[in-house]
Amino acid sequence: MHGLKVIFKKELADHFSSYRFLILFSLICMVSLIIAYMVSMSIKNEMKDIAKPQFVFLMLFISQGGLFSFVQFVAFFGPLIGLIMGFDLINRERNEGTLSRILAQPIYRDAIINGKFLAGVVTISIMIASIVLVITGLGLILMGVVPGIDEILRILVYMIISIVYISFWLGVAILFSIIFRSVTTSALAGLAVWIFFSFFVSLGANIVAKAFVPDAGPDNLEALLKQITIQRAISLSSPIVLYSDATATIVDPTKKTTRSFVFVGPFEKLSSERFSGPLSLHQSLLIVLPYIITLIAITAICFAISYIVFMRQEIRSA
Amino acid sequence: MVVEEKAIIETENLTKVYKGQVAVDHVTFKVFEGEVFGFLGPNGAGKTTLILMLLGLTEPTEGMARVLGVDPVREAIKVKGLIGYMPENMGFYNDLDAIQMLKFMADLNGLPRHIADERIEKALYTVGLENEAKKKIGAYSRGMRQRLGLAELIVKEPKVAFLDEPTLGLDPDATNKMIELIENLSKEQRMTIILCSHFLEMVQKLCSRMGIIIKGKMVAQGTMETLAKEKFGVDSEEYTLEEIYMKYFQEEA
Repeated sequence: MHGLKVIFKKELADHFSSYRFLILFSLICMVSLIIAYMVSMSIKNEMKDIAKPQFVFLMLFISQGGLFSFVQFVAFFGPLIGLIMGFDLINRERNEGTLSRILAQPIYRDAIINGKFLAGVVTISIMIASIVLVITGLGLILMGVVPGIDEILRILVYMIISIVYISFWLGVAILFSIIFRSVTTSALAGLAVWIFFSFFVSLGANIVAKAFVPDAGPDNLEALLKQITIQRAISLSSPIVLYSDATATIVDPTKKTTRSFVFVGPFEKLSSERFSGPLSLHQSLLIVLPYIITLIAITAICFAISYIVFMRQEIRSA
Repeated sequence: MVVEEKAIIETENLTKVYKGQVAVDHVTFKVFEGEVFGFLGPNGAGKTTLILMLLGLTEPTEGMARVLGVDPVREAIKVKGLIGYMPENMGFYNDLDAIQMLKFMADLNGLPRHIADERIEKALYTVGLENEAKKKIGAYSRGMRQRLGLAELIVKEPKVAFLDEPTLGLDPDATNKMIELIENLSKEQRMTIILCSHFLEMVQKLCSRMGIIIKGKMVAQGTMETLAKEKFGVDSEEYTLEEIYMKYFQEEA
């Protein structure tokens, strides 16, 4: 245990004193501040002369002020945070010859990988928490609206999902830094996985679904439904889609399904609009629970693979 | 010179097959307390692999090893706490300074803060880095890095130290300083030292006994005298270690 503590402390200090982290953090801060500012200004304009609607505060995170909302920004950019933090954690030490020296000290081998992962997760948590707090603070000042308990709880859940999500990408990066000896290769591999999941999967899902059900169209609704089901099943293999769907439902209480309304028939739409009140946090959580569990599971699997590969690797200085 | 000789390191038929190649081939030897034992052999002969097995960093394919009576395979953590290792390509965290680096290593060894601080100060002074202690290691010369490696051993105070090519790439002055420091470790700190080197002059000067490893096999071991006698049938007085080594090397390789 004491080895884990020492490694954890050093890694945490490394993260917070590195230029890489400072640049990354200021970049995210900058973008989030811009988003929060634009959104709160537009909300303030719209709210003039009307009674305060419910859940205004959460609009800060979900409405697309200029280009994208904060939630979308994290979904897209979050993977990069994890990848940048982790892509050279193990192979840099191997190349510089520090790994074999640490391993020659009386600590368990898994203390190294556990300490590194844990320090990364804590860094990510601090990063996310501080950014969300900054946005909340800015929103308070600019909009003059105080969030309710329900809203605060939702933001908390959102933060936890985000931390798990970025930790997953940290796990991917650590895995590549164990498998590949070269720092550049592992960085590229991480980028490839990111691009694959952010662009390729949704495109591929579309193509595959069309290939399976070619006769889908407005006049063949059954086929269309089948096509959509296939497309959705494939795109759910992407952690980015998992995360986007989960967070969108958590942060937006009026969203009652993770599906888009385009795919809902007119009568279903009518019936759901009859109950157009917002969902309680409990209900929202129930909807996204499978997503959250899946996210946690893939993070755990990714870390487990890294762990096994690392424990079995031969330690050679050259 | 030693009244009761106690084996600190003991191996029996230690073998390592690495990716289908025999890196270490049935090596049997002993190192006694207080000794400086030298490993000689061409590049890739298996010296480093042998050391890694004794450290518990690599598992042997066959054979038995005991370091201070402990099995490095089954009780790797215990062995690692008792020995010091200075690898060939000494890696340091370049953005730390000497004190931070030594503190980190002391922490990994679980040394209490006050003992660590005391030993670090002493160690830096012994290796002559006390004025550079606050400099980032990235700015260190090769000689300084090697000395810092020795400082680490002084802080850890292991019973046995493995030094892999400690003078590789050092200038003559730095080499001499290094030899002095190693001598100091052996005499004043009473460490048992295993030394791997191609710099035969140093091995001849420091080591009481040596083993010659060629193609994974320990082809000869003993004092200078026994090695010379075995090959030339005369006293070592007339031959340098280099001549003896070359003779073995030409016959085996």
